[in-house]
Amino acid sequence: MTNTIGCIEKADVILVTGSNTTENHPVLSSFVKRAVKSRGARLIAVDPRRVKIARHAHMHLRQNLGTDVAWINGMMNVIIAEDLYDKAFVESRTEKFEELKKLVIKYTPDYVEAIAGIPAQQLIDAARMYAGAGVASIVYCMGITQHSHGTDNVKSLANLSMLCGNLGMEGGGVNPLRGQNNVQGACDMGGLPNVYPAYQPVSDLAIAKKFEEAWGVSGLPTKVGLQVTEMVPKAHEGEIKALYIIGENPLVSDPDLNHAEESIAKLEFLVVQDIFMTETAKMAHVVLPSKCFAEKDGTFSNTERRVQRVRTAVPPPAEAWDDWKIICEIGSRMGLPMAYENSEAIFEELRKVTPSYAGITYARIDQEGLHWPCPNEEHPGTPVLHKEQFTRGKGLFHAIEYTPPAELTDDRYPMYLTTGRLLYQYHTGTMTMKSEGLNDRAPECFVEIAPVDAARLGLDDGARVKVASRRGGIKAVVQISSKARPGTVFIPFHYAQAAANRLTHAALDPISGIPEFKVCAVKLEKAA
Amino acid sequence: MADENRLVINGNELRFEPGETILEVARRNDIDIPTLCYLKGATPTGACRVCVVEVEGARTLVASCATPAAKGMVVHTESPKVVEARKMIIQLLLSSGNHNCAVRGSDGVDWTAFQLKVQAEDSSEELCPVWGDCRLQDLAYRYQVSGDAFEGTPTPYPMETVNPFIVRDFSRCILCGRCVQACNEVQVNNAINFGYRGSPTKIVAAEDKPLRDSDCVFCGECVQACPVGALVEKNVRYQVRPWETEKVRTTCTYCGVGCQLELHVKDGKVVNVTGAEGAPPNYGSLCVKGRFGYDFIHSEERLTKPLIKEDGRFREATWEEALDRVAGRLSEIKDQSGPDSIGVFTSARITNEENYIANKFTRAVLKTNNIDHCARL
Ligand code: SF4
Ligand code: SF4
Repeated sequence: MTNTIGCIEKADVILVTGSNTTENHPVLSSFVKRAVKSRGARLIAVDPRRVKIARHAHMHLRQNLGTDVAWINGMMNVIIAEDLYDKAFVESRTEKFEELKKLVIKYTPDYVEAIAGIPAQQLIDAARMYAGAGVASIVYCMGITQHSHGTDNVKSLANLSMLCGNLGMEGGGVNPLRGQNNVQGACDMGGLPNVYPAYQPVSDLAIAKKFEEAWGVSGLPTKVGLQVTEMVPKAHEGEIKALYIIGENPLVSDPDLNHAEESIAKLEFLVVQDIFMTETAKMAHVVLPSKCFAEKDGTFSNTERRVQRVRTAVPPPAEAWDDWKIICEIGSRMGLPMAYENSEAIFEELRKVTPSYAGITYARIDQEGLHWPCPNEEHPGTPVLHKEQFTRGKGLFHAIEYTPPAELTDDRYPMYLTTGRLLYQYHTGTMTMKSEGLNDRAPECFVEIAPVDAARLGLDDGARVKVASRRGGIKAVVQISSKARPGTVFIPFHYAQAAANRLTHAALDPISGIPEFKVCAVKLEKAA
Repeated sequence: MADENRLVINGNELRFEPGETILEVARRNDIDIPTLCYLKGATPTGACRVCVVEVEGARTLVASCATPAAKGMVVHTESPKVVEARKMIIQLLLSSGNHNCAVRGSDGVDWTAFQLKVQAEDSSEELCPVWGDCRLQDLAYRYQVSGDAFEGTPTPYPMETVNPFIVRDFSRCILCGRCVQACNEVQVNNAINFGYRGSPTKIVAAEDKPLRDSDCVFCGECVQACPVGALVEKNVRYQVRPWETEKVRTTCTYCGVGCQLELHVKDGKVVNVTGAEGAPPNYGSLCVKGRFGYDFIHSEERLTKPLIKEDGRFREATWEEALDRVAGRLSEIKDQSGPDSIGVFTSARITNEENYIANKFTRAVLKTNNIDHCARL
């Protein structure tokens, strides 16, 4: 997030899109709801599904799946045509406005209505509402990123925010919500194929040299590595021969699971380190038991870049070890002595090579976490990014054309499928499904379908239905609900027994490598 | 005019900001005014009247939570009139339900009969489930009053236990309205409200349905806000007493909001979770996963020993053997097929320190940049 969670309560207008906030980031959603209820902020929800946050919204725009670039361009078309944009900001802090302006001319409300299915007047009203705000915040999640053109979606939202001068301000910003607790930290710490900690590029020789000195090694690789969504197919092709998987369960969470399973089965060697025998661990040659969060010390970085403490509360079961200790033991056996007394010793090392964390110490975050960048021990941390200027100096507008999703419906697969999460389950369910209470509330996989579609297909609520895509099929229970957009069904992806990802499409965004979980074509049939 | 916004509380001249209530000024200056219904961040209702204070010149006592500080006000927070009023309020509350902590009274037959009634309704032989963790009990001690000054009242509504998380015990509800505010003003889930206005009032969900059939999302904000024993976590009720546990502050392991939690630990096990009050980002709020999703920690299904697969089946191994095996196989494959034939999936679930170590291991030991995690999934 460019801004903080608390900042949301200071916005005059909040635009929430591609985020089922009340279910996936419940406590953050209460900041949005409070802004509306107590402070009179206006809320615009843009989501194909009638997600619960839309109940609190003043406007709910229901776009066709995968048409985000179109409606965002449409809003900018209205804002520019009606002269509602922040000219001072555009002039002093951005570049390439003219190109954007030229591109969005075509995206008139009527043109957008034809693509996105949002009534023209609604789009105009929403654009006026957003642009009319003193300060407006944009909140988005995987409904924006999990597309074959997710990066375009994200850039389009940044365009919209810059156009109205909403960056670098309390209560404004473009705020992606991180799905898992430490996605932010995993990225910050170099858990990515192209960068070291603090996003220092692996291909930069000076950076490689710095790490060689810090780690006392030579010959660090400078070629950018493979993303998760590339490694799995490369395993299929035999280029990747071994995988060491820590605390992830790709055999439920990956797209096009049937293909992923075949790929993993081809590996010469698979090590899985986890707290449970997951679907992925079952395929491993060696399984290593690790501690869970309640048994370890360390830090997590949340979605607002706040680095916070994790503390040991209980002893681990039998011989489960800290993840870091396991990796260090393997590293030491492979020739690089890696020994640390505790997690704090690791933190002390990492902050020396991670400029944005340099000023953070366990002592400083004992009571309250700090927001990076925090370059030195006197620095108070940075709750709001881009206050004076953008990382690159001026903010760059990207003129982006709408392109349709990778898979469209046809006669054989006439309906769209979109996937997501539920309040009562988490990711692949390895943790939440151990709780009777949570299972009681969300016991099994279902297909959420609009009443008109259910009627057309002769499906009753609670009936079992077969859902198939070009890649696979699952069976699940019908849940008729007006939440679903006609023509589109929704399936939660948590359940291994009826894994939605047997259906999904592995088309990747060319830049982020994120699969198009949010759009694919399916057909439904009554199950025998 | 520097002296404009000043008032006097218990003889101390204090500054206030326009709009601040008497209670806020007092708390800011470490003057303790007891409260029950007051919930920080929500609109003060003045419902319980425990926070009443005497303002010189006013005809009646005023609720300090709902009365704005005013220039020249002279306030007494523990005057005889105030103490008298508070005692009366507390006695009434204590006698209006199953408040079977020892403070209610201990004079023979009545007390025994009362205890037996409560124990039957509760199916428990113990004192109140929140004994030692109750604001009403605290006040009864502070003002040395019991509940036998007034006649007890019958229990108007049965207990609700038909959801997995929360027990709603209307016999102990004092109708302070904190849960209603927590649900409607803090979490804005709008699931519960006052129902049957008049007597006997009840806190209801939807049209007086059980929570599980209402808009309730089991965030537990209401439980954390309940000052008495009317709303208690099901797993905790009569199982865990506060003095048996130690609290450890940590960060939630589920979503990226990063809520601050207190894990309540008893005999090496997490037995309850509450939101850490007063700290960002969540200021005490949690969702159902953070508050009630902790069973996995002590699940029987946790992996406890390294496992090595032989002939398609796992067998237990020592750490030595397992680590040697992994290091040996990875070295072989690296030598035979090159560093880029190996990949590491690090994790959005493990700590920063561990991700840093995974990054160092991949780059400095395996000598590849094939490292990523499932952030995109
Ligand atoms: S658990 Fe949460 S949603 Fe349910 S009644 Fe309590 S505060 Fe409201
Ligand atoms: S308590 Fe809920 S909202 Fe808070 S971090 Fe945990 S999962 Fe997210």
